[in-house]
Amino acid sequence: MKNNIKILRAQHDLTQAQLASKLAVSRQTINAIEKGKFDPSLPLAFKISKLFNKTIEEIFKNEE
Amino acid sequence: MRIMENQKNDCANHTGKSTLNLAYWTFGWVLTTALVAFGPKFIWDGNTALTITGILINLAIGIGVIYANKKHLNSLDELQRKVQLEAMAIALGVAVVFGLSYSMLDTTNLISYDAEISHLVILIGLTYLAATIIGNARYK
Repeated sequence: MKNNIKILRAQHDLTQAQLASKLAVSRQTINAIEKGKFDPSLPLAFKISKLFNKTIEEIFKNEE
Repeated sequence: MRIMENQKNDCANHTGKSTLNLAYWTFGWVLTTALVAFGPKFIWDGNTALTITGILINLAIGIGVIYANKKHLNSLDELQRKVQLEAMAIALGVAVVFGLSYSMLDTTNLISYDAEISHLVILIGLTYLAATIIGNARYK
């Protein structure tokens, strides 16, 4: 799954560690999600969308 | 925002505490295992009552280790849990496949020594450790 978290994070002037802190996950998790190595759970996806004030569909795109 | 930061701090503290808790329980279990393994010969001269007491204490602390490990896994975030799950799957698979092959080597007398359970425990431990390190490196 592709996502634009890296762009949104840059727009909000957040480091991976800061975003991780706000989402209560590890920095490694944010890095893995940004690189598309790991797909977040639905609750975490909702947390991300709420934090950036976007819908889940605006952040995550299915590669199929 | 502040609530989320507090959540993260709580989460990190919770993980740290559960890791320390697991370390204490594991240390206690290793200590009682050594006591039961060497106590009958070197400390209480084969006293059956003391050996049984030692085994029961070891068992009780072992149950504590299982509970502490479960608590520790629940304190991890979802990626860390995935790494642990994959490492456990590999360790379990290696234990069953290699354990049975090793046992068959013994029962068919293809090896001159006995297939000890301790060998299997070491194999599981090393496999789990390697799989965890590789898993963490993969998601870095």
